[in-house]
Amino acid sequence: MQRSGCIIAGLLFCVTAMARPVAVAPEHEDRYHSLLDELRCLVCQNQTIAESNADLAKDLRAEVRKMLHDGAADSEIIEFMVNRYGDFVLYRPPVRPRTLLLWFGPFVFLIIAFLVLARVLKKQQKVGNAPLTEDEQAKVDSILDRTEE
Amino acid sequence: MQVLHRPAMFRYFLPAILFSVLAGFLVVGLYKDPTAVSSPLVGKPVPQFSLPRLWDNEAMFSEREFPGEVSLLNVWATWCLACRQEHPVLSELSRQAVTIYGLNYKDDVSEARQYLTEHGDPYAASAVDKSGRVGIEWGVYGVPETFVIDKTGVIRHKHIGVLTQEDVEETLLPLIRKLQDEAA
Repeated sequence: MQRSGCIIAGLLFCVTAMARPVAVAPEHEDRYHSLLDELRCLVCQNQTIAESNADLAKDLRAEVRKMLHDGAADSEIIEFMVNRYGDFVLYRPPVRPRTLLLWFGPFVFLIIAFLVLARVLKKQQKVGNAPLTEDEQAKVDSILDRTEE
Repeated sequence: MQVLHRPAMFRYFLPAILFSVLAGFLVVGLYKDPTAVSSPLVGKPVPQFSLPRLWDNEAMFSEREFPGEVSLLNVWATWCLACRQEHPVLSELSRQAVTIYGLNYKDDVSEARQYLTEHGDPYAASAVDKSGRVGIEWGVYGVPETFVIDKTGVIRHKHIGVLTQEDVEETLLPLIRKLQDEAA
């Protein structure tokens, strides 16, 4: 029993060793995982390269591990990916002239919505407080009479 | 029935106008291919690399092959069905217009050789990227991909996915002719 456990552990070790040509050093573990969460897998576009099982994602994970091992900074690794795959590889698009609308558009719409809301409220308040003129009172009376009939 | 005067009309039609604008954007979005991501490599010199050649693995194939004439680099593999689909189109293109180089991506060398022997070899030379590492340098994320490279060795266009006869006639050939007329 114990022996078969040993064999299974050995096999598992082999499998993990094969899957990871360069292991992540323990001190790089946190950086490795946060980098993987930032990078989009271009094959299955709604997954990060941490989540994706695509071959390319595996290759890119290996590349990130290798670069970490070689002492690259996070910014260098991100730059490496952007230079090859474009901004689309980033889950958080950088602020650039062409992404201004993307970043600030929602706030612009929010401000417009507040302006409209303020105007509507102001108008309602004005109408609500003003007493009815004679003409208006007559109109109201006639409508009420009609509905009572 | 009261006739709507100007501000009231505006108020009634504004939502309709906003809706049409939004619908317009969404309709345009429907016809865009989300898998075709534009490459940052377009406009830049081909990346540096050195790989064994498919037919002679003693000799190397590098970025120095490209300058001098307009050429294509086609990334392909025998396991990629779409590549088989575009193979006749490439063969025809290689006969009539332009030098095509092949990048055999994460493939089995003997299978690649056998495939080209059976179906014809459109490539002036083929490089073997067994690990896919050079593919990363080229920003490859799905085979087939085809790059158009000008006389100075600068990437001018990237086509993602199967190359159809229509793509060749409407996009590639006009671009290739234009690049061939440029001074080296």
